[in-house]
Amino acid sequence: MSEHVQNNTLVISAKGVNKIFGSGEDNQVVALQNINLDIHNGEFISLIGPSGCGKSTLLRLIADLLKPTTGELKINGKNPQQARLDRDYGMVFQAATLYDWRTVGKNVELPLEIMRYSASERKVRAQKMLEMVELGKFSNHYPWQLSGGMQQRVAIARALAFEPALLLMDEPFGALDEFTRERMNMELLRIWQTTKTTVIFVTHSIPEAIFLSTRVVVMSPRPGRITAVVDTDLPYPRVFETRESPRFFEKVNQVRELLRDAHEE
Amino acid sequence: MAEITKTPSLTWGENIKGQVSYYFPTIMIAVAFLALWEVAVRVLNIQQFLLPKPSDIAARFLEETQILLSGGSSLLYQAAGATLWSAFGGFVLGCGSGILLALITARWTIISEAAMPFAIAANSVPIIAFAPIMNNWFGLTNPASKMAIVAIIVFFPTMINTVRGLTLIDPRQLELMESYAASPFKTLFALRIPNALPYIFSALRVASSLSVIGAIVSEFFGGPRATLGVFITQAASGFDFDRAWSAILMAALIGIGFYLTVTIIERRVMPWHTSFRQTE
Ligand SMILES: Nc1ncnc2c1ncn2[C@@H]1O[C@H](COP(=O)(O)OP(=O)(O)OP(=O)(O)O)[C@@H](O)[C@H]1O
Ligand SMILES: [Mg+2]
Repeated sequence: MSEHVQNNTLVISAKGVNKIFGSGEDNQVVALQNINLDIHNGEFISLIGPSGCGKSTLLRLIADLLKPTTGELKINGKNPQQARLDRDYGMVFQAATLYDWRTVGKNVELPLEIMRYSASERKVRAQKMLEMVELGKFSNHYPWQLSGGMQQRVAIARALAFEPALLLMDEPFGALDEFTRERMNMELLRIWQTTKTTVIFVTHSIPEAIFLSTRVVVMSPRPGRITAVVDTDLPYPRVFETRESPRFFEKVNQVRELLRDAHEE
Repeated sequence: MAEITKTPSLTWGENIKGQVSYYFPTIMIAVAFLALWEVAVRVLNIQQFLLPKPSDIAARFLEETQILLSGGSSLLYQAAGATLWSAFGGFVLGCGSGILLALITARWTIISEAAMPFAIAANSVPIIAFAPIMNNWFGLTNPASKMAIVAIIVFFPTMINTVRGLTLIDPRQLELMESYAASPFKTLFALRIPNALPYIFSALRVASSLSVIGAIVSEFFGGPRATLGVFITQAASGFDFDRAWSAILMAALIGIGFYLTVTIIERRVMPWHTSFRQTE
């Protein structure tokens, strides 16, 4: 395990988790089958796998937006519902989901409002987070005045605003151009290292997964399951040159092979 | 970084100029229509009791306006005031209670789901048929009898639309609130009500027209002399058709004014809404 794991406190513990949607022979979808996964404090975990393999579903289970059909899932030693009520996690959804009637700044303030931060504290934090995602000047704009990628960055700022110890991110950089994406990757790594959060990150990009993560969880569909967990074994801090090291390519190829196997089954 | 199109902040002059050029085709159609009407009546020699000339109607209308402005008592304007009061009172009562009841019942989805079929059924009942009953209940000359009709007419569409707006919500937006463990109260104010505003305002726009119609038609069933409905029936039965038509013009102006007021408030309350976005 990576040296960045601060201690062995379990943040996520999944034992034999199954999630089945629908009922009846024909309508049933086994979205997740027998998921066993332990995630420790301070880890950066990427979930990677073909469309429909249950990545979003797994995040939703952790976030207590769905209940497992069977199996045991613990967040910080608590059941997921308790963890949600304790606001243990911040989530970036696959769609930006901003509220049209709020300005960008007010959207970022939303969780802070719910958690009863003072108005001045909210303003300061929202501005800081927006600057972090390079949208400092857009606080007074409405979401529809922003491009898709910009909206997604607002959603990231909103999730970071209350500094959750666990970040669940569902393809947060999917809508970004290559350069913005690389800058966001560096920014996310910086946040992760300075705030010691645990991150669970869904992506379709193998290099991105290797570059960011301590471990990469490879999944395959029908039924959705974990087929491999790859330790990236690359030193931190990761810099631009990391992407050019032989070790990096080796890992990218390893994950690519695993994904190909998953597809050909 | 992507550049953003700033919302253009127009000066008053530019704004008015823009508005005029925007409405120019509409204004031209109206002018052409009135001209055609005027010419048709003159050329075809249409009798006054069938269709008066627009110029005669306007003259009659201005006459009454002059009486009012010179401090006299104009029956037309008294009638307009009384009808406006009935329409407005009924509008506030009906829409207010419609929204309030929707807010209360939407809190318990079961109740609102059970109530919806009744509301929809009641909405298709021609409420105006109850006007004589209301005249009996509240008294013929009591404005409450007209207000009651208006209130009932606007209540159902407002309530139905509000319930829809409070409950038809993108599940992802609800999920966001759930992920923050937001209280139902906070979800109501931060999500459900803003989501319902476009629905509510589209109901209020319909209600603004309905309330003027409701007030005048219920006055046709009887009421004080100084109401537009009675004014029109009396003028028509006295064969004073210029007079009747001047009251119809007044009713039209009240209806349009009411509608525009609601639209202006709507723009102020929800400047974010799609229909107001500058697209140039
Ligand atoms: N609410 C739901 N009801 C029924 N089936 C669902 C539901 N949510 C997901 N599924 C099914 O579960 C499976 C996994 O879906 P999920 O959204 O988790 O995939 P994913 O790995 O996130 O895919 P993508 O990469 O395209 O986002 C899919 O087959 C999907 O059809
Ligand atoms: Mg997904």
